[in-house]
Amino acid sequence: MSGQLPGPVLAVSGLQAYYRTAAFGVKREVRAVDNVSFAIEANEIYGLAGESSSGKTTLIKTIANAIQPPLQVLGGSVMLDLSGRRLDIHAIDARELAAIRWKHLSYIMQGSMNVLNPVRRVRHSFVDFAFRHIGTPMPQFLQLVRDHLQRLHLTPDVLEAYPHQLSGGMRQRVTIALATVCRPELIIADEPTTALDVVVQKSVLAMIHEIQRELRSSILFVTHDMSVHANLSDRLGIMYAGRLVEEGRTADVFRQPRHPYTAHLIASLPRMGDAAAKQGLAGAPPNLADPPPGCRFHPRCPRASDICRQQTPIMQWHTPSHRAACFHPVGEPAA
Amino acid sequence: MGRTLIDLLRFNRQFATGLALLVVVTAFASLSFFSPYAPNDSYVVPPDLPPDWSYPMGTTSRGQDLLWLLSFAIRNTLLFGIAVATLSRLLALLIGLVAGYCGGLIDRALMSLNDSFIVIPLFPILVLFYFVMRDRMSWGLLALMMACLGWAYDARLIRSVAMSLRTREFTETGIFSGMSMRQILVEEHLPYVLPIVFSTTMNNINWSIGLEVTLSVLGFTDINTPTIGVLIYWANQHTALVSGIWWWIFFPVLLVVMTFIGLFLLAVSMNEYIDPRSRLGRTGP
Amino acid sequence: MKAPLLEVDDVVRTYKGSFLSRRRVAAVDGVSLSLETGQPEIFTIVGESGSGKTTLARMILGMVSPSAGAIRFQGVDLFALRSRRARLRFMKQVQPVFQNPFEAFNPMKRVDRYLFATARRMAGLRHAATIADAADDALKSVGLSLAEVRGRFPHELSGGQLQRVAIARALISKPALLVADEPVSMIDASLRASIVNLLRDLRDRMGVSIIYITHDLATAYYISDRILIMQRGRAVETGDARAVLDNPQHPYSRLLKASVLSPDVPSTPGARLRTGQQTQQGVLPHA
Repeated sequence: MSGQLPGPVLAVSGLQAYYRTAAFGVKREVRAVDNVSFAIEANEIYGLAGESSSGKTTLIKTIANAIQPPLQVLGGSVMLDLSGRRLDIHAIDARELAAIRWKHLSYIMQGSMNVLNPVRRVRHSFVDFAFRHIGTPMPQFLQLVRDHLQRLHLTPDVLEAYPHQLSGGMRQRVTIALATVCRPELIIADEPTTALDVVVQKSVLAMIHEIQRELRSSILFVTHDMSVHANLSDRLGIMYAGRLVEEGRTADVFRQPRHPYTAHLIASLPRMGDAAAKQGLAGAPPNLADPPPGCRFHPRCPRASDICRQQTPIMQWHTPSHRAACFHPVGEPAA
Repeated sequence: MGRTLIDLLRFNRQFATGLALLVVVTAFASLSFFSPYAPNDSYVVPPDLPPDWSYPMGTTSRGQDLLWLLSFAIRNTLLFGIAVATLSRLLALLIGLVAGYCGGLIDRALMSLNDSFIVIPLFPILVLFYFVMRDRMSWGLLALMMACLGWAYDARLIRSVAMSLRTREFTETGIFSGMSMRQILVEEHLPYVLPIVFSTTMNNINWSIGLEVTLSVLGFTDINTPTIGVLIYWANQHTALVSGIWWWIFFPVLLVVMTFIGLFLLAVSMNEYIDPRSRLGRTGP
Repeated sequence: MKAPLLEVDDVVRTYKGSFLSRRRVAAVDGVSLSLETGQPEIFTIVGESGSGKTTLARMILGMVSPSAGAIRFQGVDLFALRSRRARLRFMKQVQPVFQNPFEAFNPMKRVDRYLFATARRMAGLRHAATIADAADDALKSVGLSLAEVRGRFPHELSGGQLQRVAIARALISKPALLVADEPVSMIDASLRASIVNLLRDLRDRMGVSIIYITHDLATAYYISDRILIMQRGRAVETGDARAVLDNPQHPYSRLLKASVLSPDVPSTPGARLRTGQQTQQGVLPHA
């Protein structure tokens, strides 16, 4: 392991995942993830932004190898680099997957009750998920968990509580503690604070930020809330209609968005203290079963021209760290 | 609607089998319109003949051609079952939907009524009914009686669906659009309640036919109109099995079993299709 | 002096606690507000979950009755209305917009049905042509048209379009008051601005007053005239929206404002997230 340059913790390459249904003779193909490529380095928070039907939920399922029919992976790869070991998440068998899950790759989901067993004390969830990965006898394991909780400013008393006795914010914090206790290299967080109140959300995000800085894990943080990305993510990827349309350092994407969708999205966000009129985006996200040809944003794009209707734009680098897939990016003259 | 039925036929083997069985049974029942003999004629053919080419189902000890007799019997049985099911569905829907929608006192009153009917022991009441009515007993009356006894259980099912629908926001939108309770129940809620109604209809037909056969075999109905149960009754009266006239029992039982299985398969296969959740899953974004 | 359009007078709504407890939980605990007739405004009620804002909205719409206090619309006590006709008259003047447009319409029915029903029952129109015209006018005022919407099922429209149809339906009877409960929280961010702008437009162009319920302070700042901040059933601060939000007085209002994340990237990542790290207790006492 020494002497090797650390590669990206997660490398998604040309990933294509569609939902294919054939009920009662009607065939449908929903192109939820269409040729997506990106990489997450070690020790960074990579934010993935996108609205409904952008494909981000499908992307997570595919990365986590939680693929059930009618979802099918048609192409591309998802490579993980965990402590020097590289593996293709779709190529390993169930036993290997169970060995890396939670120890090297863990999840923070939107509903904490999807993770915590409602009829057992919180302590049992820790034991169920993490005990076998830590490998020490039970008393040492529990002490390790208590120390971990205290580092996260949680009282160890929560171990003895049942999930329903804790508030929503508290449960979510416990879920985060659970996902980080084995110090995994990659954590996938899917809208972890969306259902929480504004006050609680801020402290939960602070907790996520702090634990990431301490563990130096990487986090794939998926949310539609751009304000969260502005305050948490190091790098940001924007998804639209199943494709990645822009990616770069968060500051760059916010201050100088290149793709018209990103530009419009950021301009339309309301801010406290700012009463100036905001413009909404016309139209609606496309139907992924029948997406428009060429660039999928062209029906709603004020800068669209003929080439946009015919050809799919490819990613172009505007700076070494900032790329966008557009024939007429913002900042260059429109056609 | 037609296209969905054709789709079901092509892709769902359960539906196809169930439909095939029912088509056979119904076709057989419609033979009764071509019968050369009136249903109650006896001694028109030589009795006790086993099945052969001239009498495909044999003849009974009362000198009746079993084929034609059975066609009347299954026709009457089917009509009876359908009549009971229809009447009891209407009652169950009315009471279940109104109770679920209105809540409060009306719900409490209707459900008390409902529960009283659930606990009534069916069989003794029907037997009692027979003894009271005796000669004035008719199939219509019996059907009405059974419909009145057969709605209670399903009304509660419908009520629980109606209660959950009441709290959904589209009901509020309907109210604020000025729709009356009747309009909301029939146009908004009924489509959600239909799967239950449909599967309980199949069950109800099976139940009523079963009960009818039971009562008739024991002689507690009008034994002069041929139905499956009455047929078996007469077979027992003439000790058919002991005398070796097995076909008199076999063919009625075969037909009623085909009916039961056909209805069951239909109910199960159509349910998956009618259920609004799976339907919505298929239309999708 | 004309009666106020809406008068919420020290309204309380309690629910029984859990099954075995004798304690009563107050969802709304003594809230008052009033809107004047002839002065259309957007009155925002802000609160987090458990603040009682949705219960208050349902009481104003007449869907839930208060345990104490009164709600008067144009001088008439809402819950003294008994007859269906009186209730219909009220509903003509006060219409709701719900949070989830996909729930607000029956997924198995076409959406134009509700528009036509409202035109027929609420606006009292008779002929098919006038009904269609009324629906078309309402849809045009929200930026859609009957041609686009006719015959469509809810799943065939986007969230933004469907919410506009819901607003159009609410406008057909020309109400004086719209009660919008989190109308944009389930809509995509890129479509939100147009719906929020539409609400402003309705106040300015059509003279409709709007009670706007939200947990999102940023949109509240953007469109509100007056604001009421609720916490656990009580009103903690109220007044002119910009004044309150620029300079909140109550500790809870301050906490809310401090917790709002702005869509601006700070110079040091995570800088604005730090709020002080006390050990979190958070274990709820048994009810």
